[in-house]
Amino acid sequence: MLIEFFLTVRKYGVPVSITEWLDLLKALDQQLVFANMAEFYLLARLCLVKDEVHFDKFDRACAEYFEAVESLDLASLIPPEWLVPNLIRQLSQEDKAALQKAGGLEELLNKFRERLKEQQERHQGGNKWIGTGGSSPFGAYGFHPEGIRVGQQGSGQRRAVKVWDERHFADLDSKTELNNRNIKLALRQLRRFARTGATLELDLAGTISATSKQGGYLDLQFQRERHNAVKVLMLFDVGGSMDDHIEQIQQLFSAAHSEFKQLEFFYFHNCVYEHVWRSNKRRPQDLMSVAELIRTYHSDYKLIFVGDATMGPYEISYPGGSVEHFNAEAGAVWLERLTRHFVHYVWLNPQPQDWWRSYPSIGLITQLMQRRMYPLSQEGMAQAMGSLLKK
Amino acid sequence: MSFQSTKDYIVSAELALAVNAAISLEKPLLIKGEPGTGKTKLAEQLAASLGTQLIQWHIKSTTKAQQGLYEYDAVSRLRDSQLGDSRVHDIKNYIKPGKLWSAFTATKRPVLLIDEIDKADIEFPNDLLHELDQMAFDVYETGESVQAKVRPIVIITSNNEKELPDAFLRRCFFHYIRFPDAETLKAIVDVHLPGLTPALLQQALELFFGLRDMPQLKKKPSTSELIDWLKLLLAEQIPAETLAQSKEKGGLMPLYGALLKNEQDVALVEKLLFMAKRAGR
Repeated sequence: MLIEFFLTVRKYGVPVSITEWLDLLKALDQQLVFANMAEFYLLARLCLVKDEVHFDKFDRACAEYFEAVESLDLASLIPPEWLVPNLIRQLSQEDKAALQKAGGLEELLNKFRERLKEQQERHQGGNKWIGTGGSSPFGAYGFHPEGIRVGQQGSGQRRAVKVWDERHFADLDSKTELNNRNIKLALRQLRRFARTGATLELDLAGTISATSKQGGYLDLQFQRERHNAVKVLMLFDVGGSMDDHIEQIQQLFSAAHSEFKQLEFFYFHNCVYEHVWRSNKRRPQDLMSVAELIRTYHSDYKLIFVGDATMGPYEISYPGGSVEHFNAEAGAVWLERLTRHFVHYVWLNPQPQDWWRSYPSIGLITQLMQRRMYPLSQEGMAQAMGSLLKK
Repeated sequence: MSFQSTKDYIVSAELALAVNAAISLEKPLLIKGEPGTGKTKLAEQLAASLGTQLIQWHIKSTTKAQQGLYEYDAVSRLRDSQLGDSRVHDIKNYIKPGKLWSAFTATKRPVLLIDEIDKADIEFPNDLLHELDQMAFDVYETGESVQAKVRPIVIITSNNEKELPDAFLRRCFFHYIRFPDAETLKAIVDVHLPGLTPALLQQALELFFGLRDMPQLKKKPSTSELIDWLKLLLAEQIPAETLAQSKEKGGLMPLYGALLKNEQDVALVEKLLFMAKRAGR
């Protein structure tokens, strides 16, 4: 019973096991819901999906299974910044009445695809283009009786399509950008504990053996508290193309700052050459040579590069390639020196992974990093931390 | 047994279905959602509406799974042995039952709340797998075995600070409390503050949703903050017109401190409202 549904849900990558499947069947057997599609959807989600990051996948699976409007997947093709919710136009009744209904659903979808092709930029208001707050049939936060809602949060008119097609949970998928808390959690995987500081904790094993030695008279022993002992060295790319990612990088930086006691950080521009620096304001006085960096920090530091690796390939591979000064040795040479010295290193890239292939420089750096380049998303961070922990 | 909105607590249809499924299929219900959406409150209200006992187990970063079952107080036994107390011969005197134990031995089906399970160590949920599945455990010190007479209704809340292990998730039902829409929110406010005039509520909700829709807020205000704010508005006797004026004029709403919990957010909102006002001219 419902095996096809089970397989569809699994096909969309929702981790569902047979146990959970049987739970759903049991729940149906007990007639918790009866002959009601929307309630079945809720019950199935309750039983099968165990994390809100999978809600979106589950919704898409339902859409396919219920043979509803599959093509609404078009929504994922639209850049989300078109739909930033900052304008909801309140239409009067007359306005609403004036709106014509576009033909059938097929008609609407065809038009949608056409518009999508025609339209090249973000749009807001108006009555034709896809965007927010207008009265075009396509977009979010507006009003059109038969509209296609594209990535809208909350309930504007609550008139279009079925529950699972609204895809309320699209923004919770694990590919989304990180917030500070998520970053901290990812970084937390790096924790390695060692005992340092004051002797405040009861040492149970020590107490037992000391007490036995005293012939049974209690002899309490204390030991030092555990602290995170991992050492992290971070190199941040600043300026130029990195300005687009500044907010994300700030979050990463503040999370790393609160998470690691032994955190050293330096800045570089585009690619690492002879020097890095600690403060962008005092840059001329504050240079530290990379050779000194290698001498100062022991190879057990975890090295994390943060940069978009988006530059001219010559900036990496040729002497004199730097955009700021004449470098006697190529950036690649310096990067290799660093990766040879430090055992654990990764490169975190704020560029979305899908775009990596379009930049040759990213390919070059990935090669230099022995493929240890990860996107700055929740998944990427987890992978990166995993790689830093490998023995 | 079925659970519906009470006069103190509004339940969405989704949540009611989830709770009822957990009750009738005797499975733990894992609840996630934004802070301030009433996750913990749910267990309290559920216990009250079923007229049964609520056993709360609040998890901290130092909580061990064993503490929920029982604790063997070896130190006081050791002390007693040195003082020659006769209690020392019976090990039972030093076994202190934990929250799960009291939930298992209750005669009327209780509600067991395991609050903020994500605060505990990563291994914590794994250590409770068998206990939550079979609702039974052994006391090794006495050889006793504790088996639930009636399976308690288990509500587990999480704030998503740690990922929970798959094996644990498989044993639970999962529900994500979404932020309530305007209608539900009105109902919730009615329950908490029945004395509110509709005009004030209308204005306040508009300001509140406007605030939540602002991009890039560090901490979006939640239901509990809305209610605090409304209480303050009532206490300060601020009329609906003042709110309307504040919206008209741009700038921050009165008593904004109840809604915004961080100075960057305050600055951001002030700037955005100012810009919105200029654009509106």
